[in-house]
Amino acid sequence: MAEITFLEAIREGLAEEMERDASVFCLGEDIGGFGGAFKVTEGLQARFGEMRVIDTPISEVAIVGAAAGAAHYGMRPVCEMQFIDFVSCAYDMLTNYVATARYRAFLPCPIVVRGPSGGYVRGGPFHSQNPEAAFLHTPGLKIAYPATAEDAKGMIKAAIRDDDPVLFFEHKYLYRRIKGTMPAGDHVVPLGVARVAREGKHLSIITYAATVWKALEAAEELEREHGLSVEVIDLRTLLPLDDQAVVATVKKTNRVLVVHEDTVTGGIAGEITARINELCFEWLDAPVRRVAAHDVPLPDAPPLEDFVLPQTSDIVRACRWLAAY
Amino acid sequence: MARIDVIMPQMGESITEGTMSRWMKKVGDAVKRDEPIFEISTDKVDAEIPAPNAGVLAEVIVTEGQTVAVGTVVARIETDATAAVSAPPSAPATPTAAPSSAAAASTPPAAPPAAPAKAAPAPTPPAPQAAAPAGDETAEERLKRKSTPLVRKMVEDHRLDLGAIPGSGSAGRVTKQDVLSYLETGAAAPQPAATQPSASVAAPLAEAPRAMAATGPSTVAASATVAAWEGDRVEPWSRIRKLTADHMVLSRRVSAHVNSLMEVDFSHVAAVRKQHRAAFAERGVNLTFLAFIVKAVADNLRNHPVINAAVSGDNTIYRRSINVGIAVALDWGLIVPVIRNADELSLLGVARAVQDLAERARTKRLAPDDVQKGTFTITNPGGFGTYVGTPIINQPQVAILAIGAIEKRPAVITTPDGTDAIGVRTKGMCCLAYDHRVVDGADADRFLADVRKTLHAFPENQA
Repeated sequence: MAEITFLEAIREGLAEEMERDASVFCLGEDIGGFGGAFKVTEGLQARFGEMRVIDTPISEVAIVGAAAGAAHYGMRPVCEMQFIDFVSCAYDMLTNYVATARYRAFLPCPIVVRGPSGGYVRGGPFHSQNPEAAFLHTPGLKIAYPATAEDAKGMIKAAIRDDDPVLFFEHKYLYRRIKGTMPAGDHVVPLGVARVAREGKHLSIITYAATVWKALEAAEELEREHGLSVEVIDLRTLLPLDDQAVVATVKKTNRVLVVHEDTVTGGIAGEITARINELCFEWLDAPVRRVAAHDVPLPDAPPLEDFVLPQTSDIVRACRWLAAY
Repeated sequence: MARIDVIMPQMGESITEGTMSRWMKKVGDAVKRDEPIFEISTDKVDAEIPAPNAGVLAEVIVTEGQTVAVGTVVARIETDATAAVSAPPSAPATPTAAPSSAAAASTPPAAPPAAPAKAAPAPTPPAPQAAAPAGDETAEERLKRKSTPLVRKMVEDHRLDLGAIPGSGSAGRVTKQDVLSYLETGAAAPQPAATQPSASVAAPLAEAPRAMAATGPSTVAASATVAAWEGDRVEPWSRIRKLTADHMVLSRRVSAHVNSLMEVDFSHVAAVRKQHRAAFAERGVNLTFLAFIVKAVADNLRNHPVINAAVSGDNTIYRRSINVGIAVALDWGLIVPVIRNADELSLLGVARAVQDLAERARTKRLAPDDVQKGTFTITNPGGFGTYVGTPIINQPQVAILAIGAIEKRPAVITTPDGTDAIGVRTKGMCCLAYDHRVVDGADADRFLADVRKTLHAFPENQA
């Protein structure tokens, strides 16, 4: 099997699910004839027709609202946000309507809202966001954020099959930089299960998405230069969070760094830290530390973007501090 | 030679000078990075100032009571002096590289080097055991008590004294690794020779407390307090005594002890021994009965993996290596050096290993490695004439063999023509204590029977 990119893996997952289940369809801005801003859906309209790959007006709230209605009638819509930054336009629809539908009215709402997220690509404040934390405390939603091409495919398939609404974040920095060989057959990666990306014994980095790769780079350097064995946990799904995996790594290494690209205040790192305190405080041999973006809009200027977003060197520094504690 | 300047820090925007109120270290004292070395008072706050680097306090320039401008060099630290001391996973190279900078958006809980705004002293978590009355504490002791939850739990579980454990963490803090090393090697580096035996005995016990942890908080019984009568001598337990005591109680508590006894006829072994004794002696080795027993046990353990095992939580760990521990009685306690891979040694090799370990145990020259990773233990109370003993399992192993006195005894002998007669045979009683959680009676008896069979027909060409 040849290697394919992270982006192609998502497309493969979408196509397989559309093939498998006639109720699956895609809708979004420019996703049909144009194939999407990043070409994730390229070729799907030609293959599945205009009724199943629908170009919509520029209105995120309309896209999600239409999807919710279709979902109530038994369809499984996959919405694309051209950039996930603009999911905020559909925030009301997602949090007030979609997330509560099952609770309010027994209305199943199996929709996927997917879109390119994240920085490190000089995208500036409107095209680099990681808005996962804004949805993290909305009961009723699920949030998936894969880091590998294999997971990207397996998790988009799981998200489509899920009977509840799933926000599916696709890190655009990974789209074409990360490749993988897809497992044969119907490759589905269950939501809610984290992954040990690297085994280690001295300390653990808990992270997800693009910073999984930064953490792996840092772990490599820490092993080579400082003899530290660093475990890296890729959360994969942020809601529901895999507490078991978090507790297991805390009990193993007793020192934890939580890393994410999202801004630090109110970010998921705080939630993870709180859970560690509640579930396994007695297993800590050092305070839980965070490395995350500064609390500022992401600057356009490259040196400033580099400064604001967590870099490998930041992770290395924090790990050394933790190891020496 | 690198000397680092220690300066009077600026403790607030409008503060221009500070008074040296107290030196916490003397010239020549070793200091750790971030360890408080002096106290200052300023208009706004009084604070302990941490060392910017590890090293030896080489010069004190500003003496107690002097008031100097912010930025004045108050002391110098010689950093080369510690160059030889191998650094644990090193701390960030410069103080400013510490967390506050860059994207590491976080609040380091330890005082960042130059800004210990300790106007409100950091709350020190109540330590489970105050090493000394608060007033008499040194700065180092105070820092050590600022221990992490894991370390406090481990110290409590193992009933250790936190103050006695050398700390390698930031500012001398005791880390998990420090506790583990302490448990494995006993008291660490700067210990007088007298404590060496305890250093060794601690090792085989190191794994035991895990079993303790598995069964919940330590309930290893603390002995009742007993009044001493006039003329009595009260001797506090040595470390080796304490470890042995804890370990024995623990073992009786966690393992379902069962004893199986089997009498072994050593007449054949005695003959082989007599025949080869001189040849072995020529090679500097005393050929004992114990060597034969160790050899027979080691050779049979491979076929009885459940005897060569350990218990971990709800799992049985079948050990690949066959490492036979030999209990050695010393004037100051009991120690169990281990013959690694005993099944790979010849009788000569086993005899030499037994002799070597016993000798080094008595002269306190055992290395920590010598007392670790045993998978089965043999104890030999028969040396004093004891008929047999019922031993306590050496945790986390699952079985231990005790050898009683090997002596001539009357025995029923069946001659080749089928008539029975009473004859004189060299016999000894063996007692296998095993953990019935994982070893069933039949397993134990089969193993004992195989060992006996090996000893009854010990191959002469192996000697």
